[in-house]
Order: sequence, then structure tokens, then C-alpha cells
Amino acid sequence: MLELTASALAQKIRDREISAREAAETANHRVEEVEYRVNAFLTPTPYVALERAGRIDERLQNEGIQPWEGVPIAIKDVLSTRGVRTTCGSKILEDFTPIYDASALVNFGEDLVMVGKANMDEFAMGSSTENSAYGPTRNPWDPDRVPGGSSGGSAAAVAAGEGWWALGTDTGGSVRQPAALCGIVGLKPTYGRVSRYGLIAFGSSLDCIGPMTRDVRDAALLLQAIAGHDPLDSTTANAEVPDYLADLEGGVSGLRVGVVKELMDERIDAGVREVVERVVGELEAAGAEVGEASLPHAYYALEAYYIIAPAEISSNLARFDGVRYGLREPADGVHEMYRETREKGFGDEAKRRIMLGTYALSSGYYDAYYAQAQKVRTRMIGDFREALSSYDVLISPTSPSVAFEIGAKTDDPLAMYLQDICAVPASLAGIPAISVPGGLSEGLPVGVQLMSDHFTEPLLLRAARAAEEVADFEFSPRP
Amino acid sequence: MKVEEKRTYQAVIGLEFHVHLATRTKMFCGCRVVYGDEPNTHTCPVCLGHPGTLPVVNEKAIELGVMAGRALNCEVSERAVFARKNYFYPDLPKGYQISQFDEPICTGGHLDVPVGDETVRVGITRLHLEEDAAKNVHVGESGRMHGSVGSLVDFNRGGTPLMEIVTEPDIPSPEAARATANHLKEIMRAIGVSEADMEKGQLRCDANVSIRNLDGSFGVKTELKNMNSFRFVERGLARELERQRDILDSGGKIEQSTLHYDPETDEVHELRSKEYAHDYRYFPEPDLMPLKLSEAWVREIEDRMPELPDEMRQRFVEEYGLSPYDAGVLTADRDLASYYEAVAAEVDPKQAANWISGDLRSLSNESGTEISDSGASPEHMIGLLQLVTDGSISRSAARDVLGTVFETGDSPSVIVEREGLSSVGGDELSGVVEGVISANPEEAERIRAGDKKVIGVLIGQVMKATRGNADGGRVREILLQKLGS
Ligand SMILES: [Zn+2]
Repeated sequence: MLELTASALAQKIRDREISAREAAETANHRVEEVEYRVNAFLTPTPYVALERAGRIDERLQNEGIQPWEGVPIAIKDVLSTRGVRTTCGSKILEDFTPIYDASALVNFGEDLVMVGKANMDEFAMGSSTENSAYGPTRNPWDPDRVPGGSSGGSAAAVAAGEGWWALGTDTGGSVRQPAALCGIVGLKPTYGRVSRYGLIAFGSSLDCIGPMTRDVRDAALLLQAIAGHDPLDSTTANAEVPDYLADLEGGVSGLRVGVVKELMDERIDAGVREVVERVVGELEAAGAEVGEASLPHAYYALEAYYIIAPAEISSNLARFDGVRYGLREPADGVHEMYRETREKGFGDEAKRRIMLGTYALSSGYYDAYYAQAQKVRTRMIGDFREALSSYDVLISPTSPSVAFEIGAKTDDPLAMYLQDICAVPASLAGIPAISVPGGLSEGLPVGVQLMSDHFTEPLLLRAARAAEEVADFEFSPRP
Repeated sequence: MKVEEKRTYQAVIGLEFHVHLATRTKMFCGCRVVYGDEPNTHTCPVCLGHPGTLPVVNEKAIELGVMAGRALNCEVSERAVFARKNYFYPDLPKGYQISQFDEPICTGGHLDVPVGDETVRVGITRLHLEEDAAKNVHVGESGRMHGSVGSLVDFNRGGTPLMEIVTEPDIPSPEAARATANHLKEIMRAIGVSEADMEKGQLRCDANVSIRNLDGSFGVKTELKNMNSFRFVERGLARELERQRDILDSGGKIEQSTLHYDPETDEVHELRSKEYAHDYRYFPEPDLMPLKLSEAWVREIEDRMPELPDEMRQRFVEEYGLSPYDAGVLTADRDLASYYEAVAAEVDPKQAANWISGDLRSLSNESGTEISDSGASPEHMIGLLQLVTDGSISRSAARDVLGTVFETGDSPSVIVEREGLSSVGGDELSGVVEGVISANPEEAERIRAGDKKVIGVLIGQVMKATRGNADGGRVREILLQKLGS
């Protein structure tokens, strides 16, 4: 059962070859077995999983279930889950239990067989899950290495078979980069395709909830489950949700594929480039029209991102003030209470970004930083418009390197920020992007990133499915 | 005389209003807007600022904002943007207020305010929408957060729709400021945008005050807060201007600061000086799309907008032939105006205006009873005025009848019947007049000879004989007719 994809397991559950309860038990057992060396979960929820799986089996006898239901899933701890502790990887929410469910989870169905709340960098800020207040998650491929971040817990859970799939969130690569480093598929949908209601905000204009799965078909199925307009999120698109599985096996014959030259230069490890080049070659052999594409502002994008995202988080984190929920450090006056609570509740990276963002928005600096960054963002959108007028799909590495060792970059925030260089352009433009395992380098997985125009997920998934097909990689739970 | 003219002082006042919008639900969530209920009974994850929640704009609030903007002759923006105003306070659950900054929904209007016999045109700089903060309640004797035993927050008010209206510094006096506030209230009520009751906090007013320099340039301004009634707007501003004058007279300098008016002591206190000015770090609210306000939609709202007080006043002058003053009195209150229109449709409009703006309003003022809560329905008023017109009762009797109608709600004809107030008229009155003429031959002769000065004596006799139940004018008419003059 552990070797099945989520789609295959879902089929077996509907065919009643495997009960949802058996699947949940298997997932719970696997968590017990490997969690000591992975640390993928902040809050395992074995009883929630069993109870809901029981209800799925009951519904299967009666009114039936949706095609994605019953398969155990890991949920990043940034998504609000009613009655289940939600910490965002932060001390400030250590004992916080939400009173409502995120809309994406509601869309999935009320009997979501949740294995646990997955570890993450505090408030989704980081690329290694080392910024979690509850200790780092370890890469199932090598326990001395990071799983990437910020959705590192979700990625590691899927890679280790602690559940068959997961939900992560991607602000500047937080789904795609850990997916790449853990050898799984990670999809960041178009901004506005999946409701953000209940996603505890990091960079509100960038945040996307995305599937993290064993293969592309699973990603399509999971997107199908969570996508759609939400009256509670004004930034969701009021557009029809297409059938993401229909075109999946359409292949790449005649598809115009552009390799982004700025993301294939010496700043990217040679081993990573080799894997990407090999996949591109195979796609060409499979009938794709391959060419070179350019995103001239790709490197400015990272700088713009590190102004816009901190500016938004500096405001988004203001609500954690000790007044209504979460940590409160008693003090003599209200301002002292704010200071003590936030001093104790937030980790270094959160504080660093609050300071960066506050500075960027300050009067006298706004035009030089925030307004300027928004201009770069507009340029980035222009770059994509240009590139996507010649190509259907753009290809690049997902991350400049394979998984690095725990502690290797913790003292150098700028080196850590560079991890996002390939992922951030699509985030700024709001377009969909997916990371697919392309092969190994130094014995570790390498992700290939594909990007396409707004709301063209069917096309993107079709190309990703083809890339997966030609890749020199086979998923199997590790260790 | 110890008047010592040192310099002339010209006040420069700009007002900033906060108006609660009369929507059913809050600005960014579905919670009901209710005042005075048990604390924290109208809340949800959104207005409590729970992690992960998002705002959704209340369309009705946009509509009311646009309506208010048009009533103030503002330009409605095609594109308007919500922005976050960041600051920490326990009554602000998200740590920022969703407001508007550089792209408000309305800009550039004006308001013509009647001040005494003149009209002052007050420019409107901008109008924008935002959410109100919650309410802090401090436990303990101090009544303030500092020194209190503890503080509680009631989130019922948190997130209720608020409209901010900023005027140009066009207001020349505290009296004009009060009139501006009053006029604004009138308009907001007339178009149904807000009840705008200052006592209930539905209309709040802050002011920027300065004294013009000798060379005509603006002086240093102070910001005055907490003027929570129309009276306090005038008194607070007068007090602050006096304070500024005293400083200037003694050769001092005005410091830029925020002040708080205390009506109990009639004094202003400094809340914070410039060094503590906030940097609100405004930036566009990423959780909301920019508003697109199409011309067609704005026109549709305009078409639905009720008549404005100024328009109605003008119409009353033209349609009913009223003096601008009477028209002003009758249109100052929307209920009174519709009361008047119901009555004026059936009887002489001028007569109706006299009775309604005079007698009826004083009855209401004296008793403290709203006209709508009294027994004097428009139907009864019409009945009463018809009795006066056809001479069935005298004016003075009609006044008494109105008093009874107001109190009891009985119909005027029933009261006249019951109390024997029916006017002595027709043959009966004629007989009484003849009796008075024969009893006063000397005076009668003088009138016949053209000396009308003594007619009053005979009228008095007739009124006495009828115990006042005769119409004076009518008695005069009969007398003159019978004496062939
Ligand atoms: Zn609410």
C-alpha cells in the first residue's frame, strides 16, 4: 500500500479493496515508525485521521465520496484547522487552536483524513525548515540535510510516506523548493485559484496553497479538490475550475518549451543544470519545440521579493500582540506587554523580516523601497508576458542546488535567500509553476521547474506529466 | 474701555468627520451592526482578527459612501484603493486598520453652510471609507488604561463601517464650524447614509485650528479632539482659539500638537505633541482588489438618492411660496418636511407653514414629544385648518384644540363639539353684533362718520359676549358692513 500513488489508493478505496480506515492506520503506523528521524510533524493527529476515515468508509456505503477523499494527507501548520492546534512553527502560537477551517480544506471535504500538522519555517519564512521554533525537519534522503522550506515538513512527510500527499504553501518557492529537495512534485497554482482564507498570511499578495505529491497526476487531483472561487477571499478568481485530469496524458508534441537562460547560468550548480538539460533533451525528443527564453529581470525579482514579502509580513504579524490569543508575556503596561510577548514569541528570522518590512514601508523610504519593488514586479510580469508569447511553457531548475546540510546556511541569510532565486519570478507574476523530480545529482533529487501563463494549469500539468515520464526518477518512500 | 487692539485674529478651521454608516452589517464581515448589546456578541473570526481571515468589502457601504460623496458635490473616483494603516492598540485586532490613503472613493466637493444670514462655502478635500476600532473598557477608578486594574475590549463596534470626511480649512469661526457639523448631519440623515447622532457617537468631529499670520499665511495648527456634541464643537473651538490668542498676545509661539477638549472644565489638554507623531506605514491592502466605480453605477446611485435639504428648501420656496426662513425650518428635519407636505397638499400651504413651523413645533419642543409620537397626525392638522378656514372656530380656539389633539389624538371636530368651542358665526354672530351696536350708539355713530379707531372697542364687546368664540376678523367685517362704512 505504501508504494501506491494517492490517485491509485483513492481508486482502491472507492473500489473497496482498501478501506479508508486501513489507509489511515497504515499512515499512522508509518508516522510512528519514521517520525523520530524525520520530524515532519508538529502535531500528529492519528485520532482525527482514524475518526474521519471511519466516516469516509460509512459514506462510501451510502451517498459516496469524491474521487480524492479517503487518502491520508499532511497539512502544513500554516493552515487553520478547527479544533486542531495551529502554530505556524512559532512559539507565539504554541497553544493556539483555531475556531474555523481554511476554505481549501472545506473545499476538500469535511472528512479530510489528516495525519498531522506539518513542520515549517516560522510563519513560512525560510528555505530549510530550520526556522521552525520546534526544531528542523530532516530530509528523508539524508537525515543530515535539510528538506528545503518553508513547507519542509509537508515535503518530508510525502517523501517518507507519512501520508500519501500534503498541502503546502508557496510565497516565494515554499512548495516547489522543498518538493525539489525531497524528490516529490510541488505545484504552486495561479494566484487566486485556491482560496487563501484560513492560510495564515505571510506575503498576502504572493501566498498560494499548493499540492505536494508523489506524482503529477496526484497534484492534478489534489488541485481539483481545493481550487475554486471563495466568497470569503476577494482575491480568488471567479472562473470555472477546469478538469485538471482530462488532458494530463496529452504529451508535449508540438508544445513550445522555452529554457530560461538567466536561470541556467553559473549561479546554478552544474549537477542541477545537467539534470534539467537532460530532461529538456528528452522532451525535445518527445516532440516538443525547444528554444531559449529570457526573463531579463529574474535577478532583480529576488530583491523585489525580499522587500514586498517582508513589508507584507511586518503588517500581517502585527495581530500577534498577546491581546486576544497566543502567547502573552505579562508586563506592567500594554506597550511593555507587546514588546515582551513579541520578543519572546518570534524567532530571529521573523524579527529580521519585521524590521526589514517596517523599514521599507516607513515614511521617507516607501518610494525608494516598496514602490520601487512594485515597479520591478510589474517588469517581471512584462518579462513573462513577452516570454510566454513565444512559448507555452518555460523551464528552469527549481532550486540552484540539491539539499544542503543542516546548519550550512543558517548564519548567512543572504545565501539562504538565494535558494529562492528560480522560484520567486513566478511568484511575483502570480503565474502557475510546478516542480517535478528530474533525476539525481550527488545522489540527491533535483527538481525541474515548469511555468506557464495565468490559469493554464491544465497545460502546465500536461507538460509536467510528460517531463515526469522522461525523467530518470521513480518515487519510493524513504528511508 | 480697556480694549487694546494688538492685532486682528482670523481663525482658520478645518474639520474632520467620522460618520457611522447605516449598513446592516460590518465593513468587512457579515456581523450585524448593533449598538448597546451585550459585549462581544456580534463578532466572528474576521472582525476579531483571527489568523488567516480575510476582509470582504460590504457593497452597501460603498454605495452609501458614493451617495454621501455626491451629496457633498464630490468627484467619485473611478478606481479606489483600500490601504492598511498600521499601529498597535488593543482595540485594533489586526494591528492595522483597513482604511483608504492616496486613492479614496471621493475627492474635491463642497458644502454650502447657512451661518446666520450668510452662506459659507466649505470645501470638501476627500471622503473615504474605513473600519471602526473596537471599544476598550478600563476597569478601575482611573477610567483610562494607565492606572486601571485591567482593560477589556468589546469587539461589537470593531469593524463597523465608518466614513471619514475632511474639509478644507475654509471655516472662519467656531459658530460656522458648528453650523457645518449641523448641516452635514442634516444631509447625512436626509439621504439615509447615517443617523449621524453625535450623542450616540455616530458622528464624531475633530478639528484643525490655527490663526492666520499677519501676512495672510497659515499659522501653526493644533488638532482638537473629543468634541462630542454640536455645542462642544463650538465651545471647544472657541476655547482653543482663545488659548492660541493668549499665547500670541503674550509673544509666544503655537506648538503643533494634538489636544483634547474637556467640556466639564471647558479646557483643552495636550494629548501628544509632534515628537510622538505616528508613522502609519500605509500601503495598499493586498487582501482586497482595487474598487472600480463605473460612471453608470454612480449615476444609478444618484438616481436613487433622496432629495437633498438644499434642494428641498428651494422647492418649498418655489412650490409653496414660503419664505426662505420658513422653508429652512420645515426642511431642517426630514420628518417635519414630509408632515408639512402632507398637510400643504390639502390646505393653504402658507397657513399650513405658519401652524406647523409655529404652534406645532412649540408644542413639540415644550412637551419634549416628537411630532410623530404625538396625537397630531397630518389628517388632524388638515381637519383643524379646514375648521379655521371656514370660520367654524376662531384662531385662538384652534390653538387650544391643537393642544388637545397633540396630547390626546382625538379628532379636532370631536374636541370642538365636546368643549363647545364652535365659533359663534352666521346669524348668531350677526345678532350679537347688532346687540352691541345698539348698546353703544355713540361709538357706532363715530364709525359711521368714518372714525375707525373706536372699532376695537366694539370688537372687544362682541368677543366678550361670545366668550372669545368668534373670529376677530369676521366680527370686524360684520361691524363695518352693518355700519355702512
Ligand atoms: Zn465579524
